[in-house]
Amino acid sequence: MRTNELPYSFPDDRGHFGPYGGVFVSETLIPALEELRAAYAASCKDPEFIAEFEYELKHYVGRPSPVYYAKRWSETLGGARIYLKREDLNHTGAHKVNNCIGQAMLARRMGKRRVIAETGAGQHGVATATVAARYGMECVVYMGSEDVKRQAANVYRMKLLGANVVPVESGSKTLKDALNEAMRDWVTNVESTFYIIGTVAGPHPYPMMVRDFQSVIGRECLEQMPELAGRQPDCVIACVGGGSNAIGIFHPYIDVPGVRLIGVEAAGEGLATGHHAASLTAGRPGVLHGNRTYLLQNEDGQIIETHSISAGLDYPGVGPEHAWLKDSGRAEYVGIADAEALQAFHDCCRLEGIIPALESAHALAHAAKLAPTMSADAILLVNLSGRGDKDMHTVAERSGLRF
Amino acid sequence: MSRIESAFQRLSESGRRGLIPFITAGDPSAELTVPLMHALVRSGADILELGVPFSDPMADGPTIQRASERALAQGMTLRKVLELVSTFRRDDADTPVVLMGYANPIEAMGLAAFTEAARAAGVDGVLVVDYPPEECRDFAAALTGAGLDPIFLLAPTSTEQRFDDVAEAGSGYIYYVSLKGVTGARTLDFDEIAARIPLIRARVGMPVAVGFGIRDAESAQRIGALADAVVIGSRIIEEIENSPRDRVLANVSEFIAGVRDALDRIQGAPQ
Repeated sequence: MRTNELPYSFPDDRGHFGPYGGVFVSETLIPALEELRAAYAASCKDPEFIAEFEYELKHYVGRPSPVYYAKRWSETLGGARIYLKREDLNHTGAHKVNNCIGQAMLARRMGKRRVIAETGAGQHGVATATVAARYGMECVVYMGSEDVKRQAANVYRMKLLGANVVPVESGSKTLKDALNEAMRDWVTNVESTFYIIGTVAGPHPYPMMVRDFQSVIGRECLEQMPELAGRQPDCVIACVGGGSNAIGIFHPYIDVPGVRLIGVEAAGEGLATGHHAASLTAGRPGVLHGNRTYLLQNEDGQIIETHSISAGLDYPGVGPEHAWLKDSGRAEYVGIADAEALQAFHDCCRLEGIIPALESAHALAHAAKLAPTMSADAILLVNLSGRGDKDMHTVAERSGLRF
Repeated sequence: MSRIESAFQRLSESGRRGLIPFITAGDPSAELTVPLMHALVRSGADILELGVPFSDPMADGPTIQRASERALAQGMTLRKVLELVSTFRRDDADTPVVLMGYANPIEAMGLAAFTEAARAAGVDGVLVVDYPPEECRDFAAALTGAGLDPIFLLAPTSTEQRFDDVAEAGSGYIYYVSLKGVTGARTLDFDEIAARIPLIRARVGMPVAVGFGIRDAESAQRIGALADAVVIGSRIIEEIENSPRDRVLANVSEFIAGVRDALDRIQGAPQ
């Protein structure tokens, strides 16, 4: 197996990251994916497209997002200094919007006036609805009916923004079923519709394209860390559901020697209980949603239901590039349980005055484990991928409160 | 000559159109699957497509997804599907059986193990919906090596380059997806199909079966006039869903016999 190949140049022209990725879809979608691949290949080299993307990120999203030294929290933990990349300060409250802007711009270039999206917790749905409103596009968001119930505020947000939210009643009625349903819509309306996938999964070119749009996170960090901390970090830590915020911060660091990349999956109620969403840590390679990657599946290859306190990590697969980074040894992946993530959530609120998303709290929790084992001149960079306003309900319920 | 090839040769010699019903293995129950397969053959099926249930059937509509869910809830697995085919083969040595499903259960079993087990069970063809030719060259070659036909889809959106890719990798027949959408959708564009099928037949050198959206004797007859065979799936699943358990065989048989009758009234060769 090749390890940490320099310079890193994945995927290949058909979307493979080693044995992972690819285009595993039914025939109807093949020409649409080829059209998308060609449109993206042309746009990503077009200075006008790049300039517009950067303009939107600066003036609409509010980039660059700052890196912040979490001094009180670091000192309380003792050990490494912890820096937070503040994606929570973006417009719409998470990193998701970076990608939505890129894909919506591409949709507009391709003459598609209708965009669709899948969403779990609702963050990607809100970001897509936001950008669709900004560009005057029709927007349909598929969301598992279980998630519609759990995330009523985000459903209302999407509706305010003019999106049509379609509850999905099939299967486990969660994110993976919303993805199935969005794919079905796309197959049916493939000529008029652009499918804005929210994570670095799906058939090629999605994993590459979403990574490229999200890599602005890591590129900013490469500049910000020397300014703020005097050098690049020893470790970059990010949570991994599908893995878009993690790839966004990891990717520019892949060729930087000496920087450990650590992805944190949702260990739910504990890996031993089977109630978790840790595809890389506890899954096996297989094919789902258009790509080959690590999946949580049973002996017979059926996808199993996942659990995490954070809806955004509650997904049985993971982006194929993470599968490759794991196998090649360039990144490490660990699990953080619900309870540990909650502890980090509360600590971050109380010690730093920042309410993190429960997804991001998984990355914070791992940093909190690691920091005390390191010396005071060590540096950890954590991607604070989103804010936790959407999680008030979940956290309050865990504390026995109801609004 | 493979059973699929023989079946199409017999059809061509007798000037008849092929009827390919689809059912999901294990729906409504494992016990009823083999009797249903025999009933379909008695009612006029030429080839059987047997669905391997999958938890996330992305290319299927709600009807076939429900069939998959019912089958999985009762513990159907790929290995059990192969056992059902073996059982069917004890009493029917001639009717080709094509497994239709998704890649992951096959990969979980292992491509080599699956190929050998499918051959031993008496499977004739395999159609993996999310394996386009370029992602499964080794698998397609292994199937061919074991005497099984790798069957591929073409769609209204497919370019002529795709016709060639599929013709090169596949054998047995081409499954033409008659509409942009999922299985069981209701909007067939006969003009589009009439324009495309002759192009495909001329280019791929294989029989063309048309499926997705064929719901009754009338649509089967109209499509049958254009193609070598028609595939009917969701409509049979609905018949199974809506029938009391003791009427499933009779109702499905009656429906298929009606379609057979309509297909046999088509005059002349496919256009």
